[in-house]
Amino acid sequence: MYFFNAQKVNLIAGAITILTVLIAIIWAFPIYWGIVSSLKPEDEVVRPYIELWPDTLTFQHYWFALTETQIGRWYWNSIVTSLGVTVLTVATSMFAGYAISQLNFPFRRALYWLILASFMVPTQVLIINHFVLVADMGLINTWAGIILPQLISPVVIIVYKQFFDQVPKDFREAAVMDNASELRILFKVYIPMNWGVTTALSIVTFIWAWNSFLWPFLAVTKTEMMTITVGITQVNDAFGVYYARQLSAAVLAGFPVALAYLLFQRRVTEAITLSAGIKG
Amino acid sequence: MLRNHKKESLVALLLISPFLAIYGLIFVYPTIDMFFLSFQKAPLIGDGKWIGIDNYTRLERDRRFDTAMWNTAYFVALSVVPGTLIALFISIGVYRLSGRIQSLVLALFFLPYILPVSVVYRIWDWTLNFQFGIGMYLFDWLAMDRIPIFKVTGWFMPAVAFVTIWWTAGFSILLFLAGLRAIPAEIYEASALDNSSRWQTFRRITWPLLWPVTALVLTIQLILQLKIFDQVYLFSVGGRPNDNLVMVYYIFQRAFVNNDGGRAAAIAVVLFIIVVVVSVLNFQLLKFAERK
Repeated sequence: MYFFNAQKVNLIAGAITILTVLIAIIWAFPIYWGIVSSLKPEDEVVRPYIELWPDTLTFQHYWFALTETQIGRWYWNSIVTSLGVTVLTVATSMFAGYAISQLNFPFRRALYWLILASFMVPTQVLIINHFVLVADMGLINTWAGIILPQLISPVVIIVYKQFFDQVPKDFREAAVMDNASELRILFKVYIPMNWGVTTALSIVTFIWAWNSFLWPFLAVTKTEMMTITVGITQVNDAFGVYYARQLSAAVLAGFPVALAYLLFQRRVTEAITLSAGIKG
Repeated sequence: MLRNHKKESLVALLLISPFLAIYGLIFVYPTIDMFFLSFQKAPLIGDGKWIGIDNYTRLERDRRFDTAMWNTAYFVALSVVPGTLIALFISIGVYRLSGRIQSLVLALFFLPYILPVSVVYRIWDWTLNFQFGIGMYLFDWLAMDRIPIFKVTGWFMPAVAFVTIWWTAGFSILLFLAGLRAIPAEIYEASALDNSSRWQTFRRITWPLLWPVTALVLTIQLILQLKIFDQVYLFSVGGRPNDNLVMVYYIFQRAFVNNDGGRAAAIAVVLFIIVVVVSVLNFQLLKFAERK
């Protein structure tokens, strides 16, 4: 009887495992389908059945996207603006996080609460006034204009503060005894001890910036200044109603972030969990 | 000693000044500006005229505003709780796996979350394409007439909610997994000794111990989905945008299509207040849940 029960339990456990794996495959299947469709000739794409692999494997759509559209230019815009957002956000947050964590200054707690409170404010409601501001500064259709409103990232400061809080006080005291300046302590002690979190936050900030849609969509009216996420959906005449062409452009747009995730899986998931684990 | 304090404050000021400058410029100033603008009759760019609360009283008779409010609420209802439950069950399935299979399966579920919204849009626009989409085989198989999903008002919101759940579930799964890993194995062992069934174990152990994470996921999802725009905008192209309006979409339409900065700002203020109130309530609720 006991044996039978154990077998039954194993059977159910096995069934759940298989089910989970099966659902995972179905879950990701649309992505695979998009990729494989982009590798088929246009007449094969519209065949009314599911062919898991192209009869004729072709890269013609990628060739078209790369040579006949402005996708290269959009790539460049995305890389520059995402890097800009990442470097500026991580640097300013690192400094602010260190000050709030380690230094005594007036209104420190008030500042901390202000940052926590800003979590609540949805940046989407600020689009009108961001646009007015950026237009007044003459930055519409520029990289700086795309970057600027994306620099609100209270999460990064809070994560830095939490990590700096955990650095044992002895390190700081020893450095202060040696008459090291605060900047030196930050760069020689605190940042090297937290390279892991810096890498993780940088990768995730880059992915977020690369993926952002609403603001880059508003800040740019000239096709040559678009980021890739905006360009592939806004310039329809560039691709026409050619499904495989559109999909090849989408694959190109998603490739860098997908690659970043697959290469740095642990870092990415770590940073994302950290960014959500905020409690006041 | 006093000099040291002064020096420390000075260094601190130096360190926080880049942040403060950016924060003031793109956060504090635009927020105040938004409130001012909402009391004016003004184009998007250019001078306005002070008109008091007119922009707000007009919302009462504004049909498009009604649509936007209802659609946002409808979308929240369709996506937040279902999305959280789906993520919870998937995460339990993933948690039971181990080693390489677990990371592989987790990657499959997580991959959509990492993709830009335009790529998600292209993938699903293709998968659910009326003529050639493989999603339509499901309709054929059920012997139903095919439906141009994103062009029919009744189907639009559920379909966008479905795509959104697919897109964002990876994030919630990650949080649930972290929560599941934090439950000590001894508790499960004790429950196994009691011969509890799977369902009993879930109800008596997993669910209550996971509740703080569940509350967190619900909160994040709720606030996120109130601000939905991208997917609705992209899938509406070539369809019926005026039926599919959500709050941010309406702000965009008033400001950038109708060039009516004042009225757009009034809608933005309404959404601002909704999100802040919901956040504060959520925060209190989370604190309450933790104390329990």
